Amino acid sequence: MIDHRAPPPPAGPVPWDKKFALRLLADMVRIRRMEEKSAEMYGAGMIRGFLHLYIGEEATGVGALHALQPEDNIVATYREHGHALVRGMDMGVIMAEMYGKREGCAHGRGGSMHLFDRATRLFGGNAIVGGGLPLAVGLGLAAKMQNEKRITACFFGDGAVAEGAFHESLNLAALWKLPVLFCCENNLYGMGTALERSESQTDLCVKAASYNMPALKVDGMDIVAVHEITKQAAQRVRAGEGPLFVEYQTYRFRAHSMFDAELYRQKAEVEEWKTRGPIHTFSARLKAEGKLTEEEFLAIDARANAEVDAAVAFAEAGTWEPVEDLLRDVHAS
Amino acid sequence: MSRKLNYREAMREAMHEALVADPRVFLMGEDVGRYGGTYAFSKGFLDEFGPERIRDTPLSELGFVGAGIGAALGGMRPIVEVMTVNFSLLALDQIVNTAAAYRHMSGGQFSVPLVIRMTTGAGRQLAAQHSHSLEGWYAHIPGIKVLAPATIEDARGMLAPALADPDPVVIFEHAGLFNMEGELPDDWTVDIRSAKVRRVGRDVAIITHGGSLPKAMQAAEQLAAAGIEAEVVDLRVLRPLDTATIAASVAKCHRAVVVDEGWRTGSLAAEVMARIMENVFYELDAPVARVCSEEVPIPYARHLEAAALPQPEKIVAAVKEMLG
Ligand SMILES: Cc1ncc(C[n+]2csc(CCOP(=O)(O)OP(=O)(O)O)c2C)c(N)n1
Ligand SMILES: [Mg+2]
Repeated sequence: MIDHRAPPPPAGPVPWDKKFALRLLADMVRIRRMEEKSAEMYGAGMIRGFLHLYIGEEATGVGALHALQPEDNIVATYREHGHALVRGMDMGVIMAEMYGKREGCAHGRGGSMHLFDRATRLFGGNAIVGGGLPLAVGLGLAAKMQNEKRITACFFGDGAVAEGAFHESLNLAALWKLPVLFCCENNLYGMGTALERSESQTDLCVKAASYNMPALKVDGMDIVAVHEITKQAAQRVRAGEGPLFVEYQTYRFRAHSMFDAELYRQKAEVEEWKTRGPIHTFSARLKAEGKLTEEEFLAIDARANAEVDAAVAFAEAGTWEPVEDLLRDVHAS
Repeated sequence: MSRKLNYREAMREAMHEALVADPRVFLMGEDVGRYGGTYAFSKGFLDEFGPERIRDTPLSELGFVGAGIGAALGGMRPIVEVMTVNFSLLALDQIVNTAAAYRHMSGGQFSVPLVIRMTTGAGRQLAAQHSHSLEGWYAHIPGIKVLAPATIEDARGMLAPALADPDPVVIFEHAGLFNMEGELPDDWTVDIRSAKVRRVGRDVAIITHGGSLPKAMQAAEQLAAAGIEAEVVDLRVLRPLDTATIAASVAKCHRAVVVDEGWRTGSLAAEVMARIMENVFYELDAPVARVCSEEVPIPYARHLEAAALPQPEKIVAAVKEMLG
C-alpha cells in the first residue's frame, strides 16, 4: 500500500450544477454497463483477444476528459473503452470494433486495444506499455510549432512509469515546454506487479517533478476532485506553462485482462476499494445534497442499458470485411 | 516408457531442472514470480526458489535485458523472460548492440552466457502490436543463437544446452503451441545445432519452424490422402541454420515449399530459399515456393487474421500447384 495519498478534497457541496453532475454520473454508468456487457460477450465468444476493463476507474477518465476541449488531443492505452466513449465515440461503433466488424472504428482491424477516432482526436488505443508517451510529446510539439491552442492529454498506467519512454518523454516535454498533460492512472498494479514491487520511488509525483514540471496527485475515485484538478491543470498547460503531470490514484476492480488468477492481491483489498466505488459514492453524495433522486438514477441506468442493448444489436448486425480487402490500409494507395 | 505432457509443462520442467542444477541460474522478467508467469510457465517457482532467483522486474525491457547481459558477464547464468517478442523491440538495442557483439568487440575476452526466452507469433486475435513473428530478424544477427522449439521434446530439452552455451541464446516459443500435448520418450536427447526431419516423404520438402510446424504436419497428412508424400523439415535452430539437412531433404524430394509466419519480404523463408539455390539448385524440379504471412500488420478480426497467416490449406495449395 502506498503512503503518498492525495490530500483529501475540499469539503463542501459538489461545485457543479445538477445537469453537469448528472451528465458525468451518466457517463460513468455508461462505461460500467458497456464494459459489463463486453465481459459477458467475451464469455460468449463474440469478443476475443485481450479485453482490459476499466471497471472501478471510471471517475478518472470521465472526470478528466470532461475537463478537456473538443480540439484537444487524446492518447490512451489498451484500457481505453471508457475514454473513447466519453470522448464521443458511438457505443455501437466501439462494440462493433470489439466484435471485429466492419462497422467498428477500425473496421475490426484493431479490436478492443486499438480504438481510434479522428473526429474526436483520439490517437489510440496503444497496446505497448509506455508507447503513447513519445507520441503525445510529438503531438504537443506540432501544436506548439503551429501556434495551436490545443493541448494533448496522454493517459497511461503506473506500470508505464518504469519504461524508458516515460522518462525520455517527460524530459523532452519539459525541456521544450510542450502543452502536454500527462495523466497517470495509478491503479497500484501493472498486471500482477504491485507498485512497490516495481518502483524504488513509489511517489510518482516525485519522479515527474524531477523533470522540472508541476506534479499533482488526486483521489482518482472522487470524480469531483478529478475533474477540478484536471480543469486547473489543463488551464495551466493551455496557458503555455509547459507540461504538467497528474497522478490519479485509482483501482481496477476486475482482473488485468479477462482472466487472471489474482495471486498478487488480497480479496480484502479489492473489497475495500470497492467500498470507494466511484459510481455509488458520487450518487450517494448527490443524493445527500438533493441533486439526485433514486428515480433519476434508475432512469440514467435504464438509458445506459438501452444504449448498451442498441450497441450490441448494432455490432451483431454488423458485417465482416471481405477477405479480398485484407491488404487495404497498409500504405496510402 | 514415455510420458505425456504439454508444451507449457515441458518448458516449466526444463526451467525447474536448470534452477535446481545450478545456483548461478536465475529467472528474471515481468510477472514471472508473484503472478505465476504470464503463461504460467513459472507457476510455483517463487515459493520454491525465492525472490532472489525468481525475480519480478518492472516494465523496463531495455533495463532488465541489459541487466541480464551484465549478470551473465559477471558470472551468473540468467534466464531472462521477455513477455513477448513484441516487447523485445524495446530491448533490441541491448540484444543487438551489446549481447551479440560483446565477444567480438572485446577480441574474444568476454562472453555473454545468457538465455533470453520470449513468446512469439499470432493466432489469438491480439492484433497488430501483439502478434509479431520477428524471430527472422533475430536470426539475422551474428553473435546470437536463435532457437524455435516446436515439439514437446524441444521445449523440454533445448534450455539446458542453451544455458550451457557460452554465447547468448534467444529462444522463441510460439503461443499457439503452449497447450499442445505430446509424448516425451524416456531416452530423449536434444541438440541446438541441427534441423530435424519430422515426417519422412519423397515428393516435396516442406521446410518450416515454430508455430507453423503443426500446420505443415497437418498439410502433409492432407497431401498424403491425395497420394503426395511430403517430407517435413523442422528448422529448430534458426541461427545458425542447418543447411546440410535442408539440402539433403531437397535433394531427395526435388521440390521445396518454405513455410514461415514472418512476413514474406526479407523473411527467414527467403534465406532458406537462397540456401537451396546456392546448394541444391540442380536437384530442383520446380521453383521453390513459400507460404508466409501476408504483408499486413496482423488484423484483429478472426477471419482476417486467419487469412493473413500461413494455414494448412495454403500449404496444400502451394504443393499442389507445384506438382501441377
Ligand atoms: C512494453 C510492454 N511490455 C509488457 C506488456 C504487457 N503488459 C500489458 S499491460 C501490462 C501492465 C501495465 O500496467 P499499467 O501501466 O499500470 O496499466 P494498467 O494495466 O494497470 O492500466 C503489461 C505488463 C506490454 N503490453 N508492453
Ligand atoms: Mg496499473
